[in-house]
Amino acid sequence: MTETTKKLSRRSVLKGATATAAFTAGSTLGAPMIWAQNIKDVTIRQFGTGVSNLNEVAQKVKEDLGFTLEMTALDTDSVTQRAATQPNSFDIADIEYFICKKVWAAGNLQAMDTTKLDNYDKIVGIFRNGKLTPDSEIAQGTAPHTVGFTTGQNGTEFVQEESGWMTLIPTIYNADTLGIRPDLINRPINNWSELLNPEFAGKASILDISSIGIMDMAMVVESMGEYTYPDKGNMTKEEIDLTIGIFTEAKKNGQFRAFWKSFDESVNLMASGEVVIQSMWSPAITAVKSQGIPCVYQPLEEGYRSWGGGLGISAALSGLELEAAYEYINWYLSGWVGGFLMRQGYYSAVPETSKAFMSENEWGYWFEGKEATDAITSPFGDALAGAGDVRDGGSFEERMGAVACWNSVMDENQYMVRKWNEFIAA
Amino acid sequence: MQKLRENNALMGWLMVSPLASVLLVFLVAPIIMIVIVSFWRATEFSIIPAFVWENYEFLFGSPVTYTVFLNTFKYALITWIFTVLIGFTVAYYLAFHVRSLTWQIALFLLCTIPFWTSNIIRMISWIPFLGRNGIANSALISWGVIDEPVEWLLFSDFAVILAFVHLYTLFMVVPIFNTMMRIDKSLIEAARDAGANGVQILWNIIIPLTKPGIMIGTIFVVTLVMGDFITVRFMSGSQSANVGRLISNDIALLQYPSASATAIILLITVLMVIGILLRFVNIRKEL
Repeated sequence: MTETTKKLSRRSVLKGATATAAFTAGSTLGAPMIWAQNIKDVTIRQFGTGVSNLNEVAQKVKEDLGFTLEMTALDTDSVTQRAATQPNSFDIADIEYFICKKVWAAGNLQAMDTTKLDNYDKIVGIFRNGKLTPDSEIAQGTAPHTVGFTTGQNGTEFVQEESGWMTLIPTIYNADTLGIRPDLINRPINNWSELLNPEFAGKASILDISSIGIMDMAMVVESMGEYTYPDKGNMTKEEIDLTIGIFTEAKKNGQFRAFWKSFDESVNLMASGEVVIQSMWSPAITAVKSQGIPCVYQPLEEGYRSWGGGLGISAALSGLELEAAYEYINWYLSGWVGGFLMRQGYYSAVPETSKAFMSENEWGYWFEGKEATDAITSPFGDALAGAGDVRDGGSFEERMGAVACWNSVMDENQYMVRKWNEFIAA
Repeated sequence: MQKLRENNALMGWLMVSPLASVLLVFLVAPIIMIVIVSFWRATEFSIIPAFVWENYEFLFGSPVTYTVFLNTFKYALITWIFTVLIGFTVAYYLAFHVRSLTWQIALFLLCTIPFWTSNIIRMISWIPFLGRNGIANSALISWGVIDEPVEWLLFSDFAVILAFVHLYTLFMVVPIFNTMMRIDKSLIEAARDAGANGVQILWNIIIPLTKPGIMIGTIFVVTLVMGDFITVRFMSGSQSANVGRLISNDIALLQYPSASATAIILLITVLMVIGILLRFVNIRKEL
């Protein structure tokens, strides 16, 4: 009984007080102070891929906001599965935009009011109108802004303008390319087509996650000059057959050493020398390098395959938990996590706030593509680069400006998945 | 109360009901559910109750299904051959060469020690061993046996079968050892007195009497191999497929009805295999 009255009074206080308090307390430290005592009992359950579900974040949340954040890291397919089928198992879903396109219609997530986001105006254009700079072109595939907004809190349709209701709050993104072992290749690699170069027979790998793998395949096929896709992110059945056909033939000729499904598998394949060229994710490169093994995230002429992730709130969340979730999201965009992620090679959705949490040298190396003036270490203390090194691919604008396509879900997804299974079984 | 006790039929039903209800809830009901779902339809993010044959149509219409089932049988057969040979030899040694019961028990426990760790760990530990720059290859190169690292050691059918044999041989050893221990030693003595040599004793006495044990081991190994997906995924570097992987891929992509249909076909196949096996040997003698 006392429990209920406490909640009621707090909530009524909140209604009036949030607005004023938020202003007076300033944007970064604001609202959590109001119910600092109650919020300690809140536990927020978050799940997502390994990339951003890091214990360091949970610890920092406990320190800064006072409540408990429970994290579960899963592989991409399991993440999709859970977001779509187990709405009661999470409060916050840390998912990719293309997964959002897939699961939003299941109604397990609720849209977020952008007026409650302190740093909404500072979020980079990619997630708002799709444009990095006013004159940049929007890449193929499921570009984040196309599935980033909906009509209202329980909206089911995506809208193409900034409606004030965001499906996911963008948190992390990057431009992906091929990873190579320069010490075992000994020559420049400039094109995606090198993945199928017979020179690397038995030493290549591609990831076994159909929705991402098919995009890497498309980049390779286009680079080989076999075909130019009207939209790589939305292939026709014939295009899918063609793409997977080329790779099936390569597989039968022994081009691939293995396929990988999880991040650590890709690290092991590369670090052990089983594979010298493969689809890879940025932190996997970092992980290989931190073992003292040379590994390059090779920028390629055809451009990058990009992805973006964000936080979605479970539709079941309300009351104090929902407020805590908003707090958490505001905190997420306020800079510390951004800095933490950017020092691993990702980008933050609000780079300007992250700048405060990075040294000038780090900001110059990771974001501006400048020469490092001093050693660059990961947040975990591993040395990643020395003075004089430059980031593979250069600055933020150079890398994100050269995105050729976004991870996506196709209309013919089911067909593609079946073909993908055939490819694996071939 | 007295009447109740006299009613044998009712008593029988009551006594069997705990087990029956457990089986009903945890075995029969889930299987019925899977059968039902296998007729449903799926979109990317939801499954729709329906009664359609499209999952089965796709399954039987796709050449991949046949390749994959064939591959699954291939794994089961080769693994079975190796586990039977190794399992029988180990059990034979334990049962007939080791004389004291203490040592038999001690050595038998020794066989089970690897099973105190997770089978995923035991499987993954092969990867650094068999890799291109792994221990096996570097040893062979330093001994001068080979000049170039052998590629087919890892991420190949060889690796898959090696892991299967490693993981499942014990399931063959245990039942065979068990039946061998029950063989009346005087039978062997009588055979020897009658002039039979070692091979004849093995062929005419031990093997026929061990058949139920071999059959139980076979059922274990065949069902385990046919239902596996993780060993095939890791040891083949995701390059080979068996039915389990087909199902797990479907589940990962939210295609539950299609996964259910494949599971049902797999279940029927395995039951048929076991049915055939049971025609050869009456394992009830053993139980």
